[in-house]
Amino acid sequence: MRTYAGHSTAKASNELYRRNLEKGQTGLSVAFDLPTQTGYDPDDELARGEVGKVGVPVSHRGDMAALMDGIPLDAMNTSMTINATAAWLLALYIVAAEEQGVSQEQLQGTTQNDIIKEFLARGTYAFPPAPSMRLIADMIAYTVEHVPKWNPINICSYHLQEAGATPVQEIAYAMSNAIAVLDAARERVPEASLEKVFGRISFFVNAGVRFIEEHAKLRAMSILWEELGRERYGVQDERHLRFRYGVQVNSLGLTEAQPENNVQRIVLEALAVTLGRDARARAIQLPAWNEALGLPRPWDQQWSLRIQQVLAYETDILEYPDIFEGSKVMEALVDELLEGARAEMAVVSEHGGAVEAVPYMKAALVDSHRERIRRIESGEQVVVGQNRYTETEVSPLTADAEGGILVVDPAVEAQQVQDVRLWRSERDQTAVDEALAALAAAAGDVNADENLMVPTIAAARAGATTGEWSRTLREVFGSYHGPTGVGEAAAATADADLSELQGEVSRLQEKLGRRPKILVGKPGLDGHSNGAEQIAVRARDSGMDVVYEGIRLTPAQIAASALQEGVHVIGLSILSGSHRELIPAVIEALHGAGVTAPVIVGGIIPDQDVPALRKAGVAAVYTPKDFDITRIMRDIVALVGASADGGGASADGGASANASASANGSA
Amino acid sequence: MNAEGAALGLRLRERDVTAAPAALNLLESTAPADLEQAAELLQAVSPAALGGEAPGHVIGVTGPPGAGKSTLLSALLHAWRASGRTAAVLAVDPSSRRSGGSLLGDRARIEFDPADRGTLIRSMAAEQRLGGLARATRISAEALAAAFDVVVIETVGVGQSETDVADVVDTVALVVQPGSGDVLQFLKSGIMETPDVLVVTKADLGQIAMRARRDLGAALRSLGSSRARVLAVSALAPASGIDELALALDEHREGLDIGGHRVRARRAGALNDFLVEHGERGMRALGGRRAAETLLAEQDPGADVQALMAALERRMA
Repeated sequence: MRTYAGHSTAKASNELYRRNLEKGQTGLSVAFDLPTQTGYDPDDELARGEVGKVGVPVSHRGDMAALMDGIPLDAMNTSMTINATAAWLLALYIVAAEEQGVSQEQLQGTTQNDIIKEFLARGTYAFPPAPSMRLIADMIAYTVEHVPKWNPINICSYHLQEAGATPVQEIAYAMSNAIAVLDAARERVPEASLEKVFGRISFFVNAGVRFIEEHAKLRAMSILWEELGRERYGVQDERHLRFRYGVQVNSLGLTEAQPENNVQRIVLEALAVTLGRDARARAIQLPAWNEALGLPRPWDQQWSLRIQQVLAYETDILEYPDIFEGSKVMEALVDELLEGARAEMAVVSEHGGAVEAVPYMKAALVDSHRERIRRIESGEQVVVGQNRYTETEVSPLTADAEGGILVVDPAVEAQQVQDVRLWRSERDQTAVDEALAALAAAAGDVNADENLMVPTIAAARAGATTGEWSRTLREVFGSYHGPTGVGEAAAATADADLSELQGEVSRLQEKLGRRPKILVGKPGLDGHSNGAEQIAVRARDSGMDVVYEGIRLTPAQIAASALQEGVHVIGLSILSGSHRELIPAVIEALHGAGVTAPVIVGGIIPDQDVPALRKAGVAAVYTPKDFDITRIMRDIVALVGASADGGGASADGGASANASASANGSA
Repeated sequence: MNAEGAALGLRLRERDVTAAPAALNLLESTAPADLEQAAELLQAVSPAALGGEAPGHVIGVTGPPGAGKSTLLSALLHAWRASGRTAAVLAVDPSSRRSGGSLLGDRARIEFDPADRGTLIRSMAAEQRLGGLARATRISAEALAAAFDVVVIETVGVGQSETDVADVVDTVALVVQPGSGDVLQFLKSGIMETPDVLVVTKADLGQIAMRARRDLGAALRSLGSSRARVLAVSALAPASGIDELALALDEHREGLDIGGHRVRARRAGALNDFLVEHGERGMRALGGRRAAETLLAEQDPGADVQALMAALERRMA
């Protein structure tokens, strides 16, 4: 039992971990901030506003030592939610253990290390697919030999469901992903170790509120996994064939409206993964009830831990053998899912496997998500408190001043920037330069002879930083933009609402002289692009020209795009909590470029932050409770229309922008 | 309401690239007042007003999806900017105009410095009409060529769209990746016109890329085309062949009778616009295609497309 945690600084997170361990938590689950996850130091331009936000910043071995200070690493089971930079963070962890006098053979834990789902759903990738797979294979090969109790990879279907995956898609894409990983690992480990590698692969799945079907999904995954082990990889040992998985239950279905209802949703979802012994989770993480509102506080996390404790110690759930054995209903449900998953796996295989099929899978997920939203909008799918039974008493839980969320002190970022600069100035620079040169050489070697973990650990020991390690590899591997999936998304099925909206858009077009053009942008490092994607697809379906450039944009990039594309309105999506810093920074960049098109913002924005954003110049703010996207589109049409009425220049960002740019230029 | 066309045209003529976004907004507009302003803008950058052809090199970059066009363009932009040349890219998006709207995502894949005013990337939706590249794309390229040193029209496809591009640009570069047998077939069967420069990407694939380059070279020779260059490039780090490609593009332009080429292109464009506007019936009213071509040939070589179109319409009346 553990809760996913980490924020602000290594020292603050260390205190939080120690408190949680005292309360009966049995392991650590480390949340890293987005710069660490994507390979940037706190003083990088892209890290602005993101440092210490969704997790802890770890820039070098000093940070890792502080994070694990006083926690005995030989006795600890540590799960790290880290992917693109997993090899680096494991190296830092190994070095921190060394400093405690603990050898790497003793270390236990998991690095998430699943890059394909980053391309599909979560967005914290750093390198192109092929070299990313090499890093994963190298980590597997290294840990199987030197860190035998470590789970080098945790295949995540969790994020796929968050991105809209149906149960069939979740099963099929997770299994296809595992095949890609195992095939890559097969090239890097001795044949005899393959069985052990198979046995070390664990999964991280999702469980939604339709908990009967979700339980069937897990049974289906167990069956497929065993089949895969026996047939494709020749695994015989029963222990290695067991489908091992951990769970974080669904966040997508948690609502901002009447957030207390999320508690019962979380309980039901926990049942999906515990009810039947044959497909029971090995580890469970429950989200906090107020996750849709912002970063949970210690008390919110305690509540989630207590749910698990009630289930485990008060109920009789753990006392029986598998309670679904012999159930015809369950069997039929499992068979149906298996059939669907096998068919979808065949499609992925036809695309050349999971790596090659990333664009296909991405588009399929965007499509499923679009369908899900349509059902909620139309009321076909009931979400209590959101699209039905919406009347509510005032909640005492969210009434306190901070609106019920933990706020990271903005001073943290400035401090981290100073710290990392100090670190760089005090270390042995020659040793770092040499270590990074050795890393670059190993990465650039066409035969890929050396395992990249070796120079990575050497660089960690020498005192290199997260940003330096990543930059060294980016220079060798090239950088990469993942597919957005939106271009391929099918058009919406025609309905009365949509055609009315299309009418409004074409009337607006007549007024503007050209088709309304919207820029949908994701500033910062946050890779959760579902919202932005759905806005982009719906804007297209309503007849607008949509410029969508995917994730990880700097304010300067957004401003340049808005100017060059001549857009009428700019929509920014941000979920990492860094809106307070990033949105004003984008608006400043837009003004600097002379763009006057109105800006709207969507994401996890607490109510009390709205006035400041409005003051900075944001025309409208949307949060998860605004689930009706068609209504948002109507607002946009009205906004652009009003802006066109409001005066010549402001209707056309580009036009006025250039007049002023030129004036400045010639002055 | 858009900024005044003549003023924008003047700024472009003075090679003020910061006038470009507003100029494009105006040129895309179909509002009656804007059309007048757009006409004034185009007038200001017409060969007559410039006293010659626009200085920019207009290059069509085309090829099938996944061939590596965006990566290649990133590298080319870098090379052009490094040599001090300004460059604009019109990215014509293929996945467009479903339910009227479009998703324009191509610019995301082209890397450039957002603070650099000497680079411009503008996405345009491919209009679903027969008979060539959207008029907006063509007039945009014309206007940008007055201000930028290089103007790229990026289109996707093999077999049709690149012939449309050929009518508008000075140089056509076809981008293919190794193992594109279909391109070979299209070339041989004559479905596809011969490009001026054929670029085989992903040269880092080694043998496969070299073989593709040889095959394409042989195919071109068998078609009797000794003119087209075939180059292998790798746009990924460590990049190779990019400078050679930039040079090959320059050389093609230098070898071109640019005046004659663009006059032909404008006349073809006018004929095309006329057909779209008035159909075969209009053409018959002119006395047929041949008569229309004769009429166009009698016009001033410096006349821009709209002037040529006006001449055709006067004859029809």
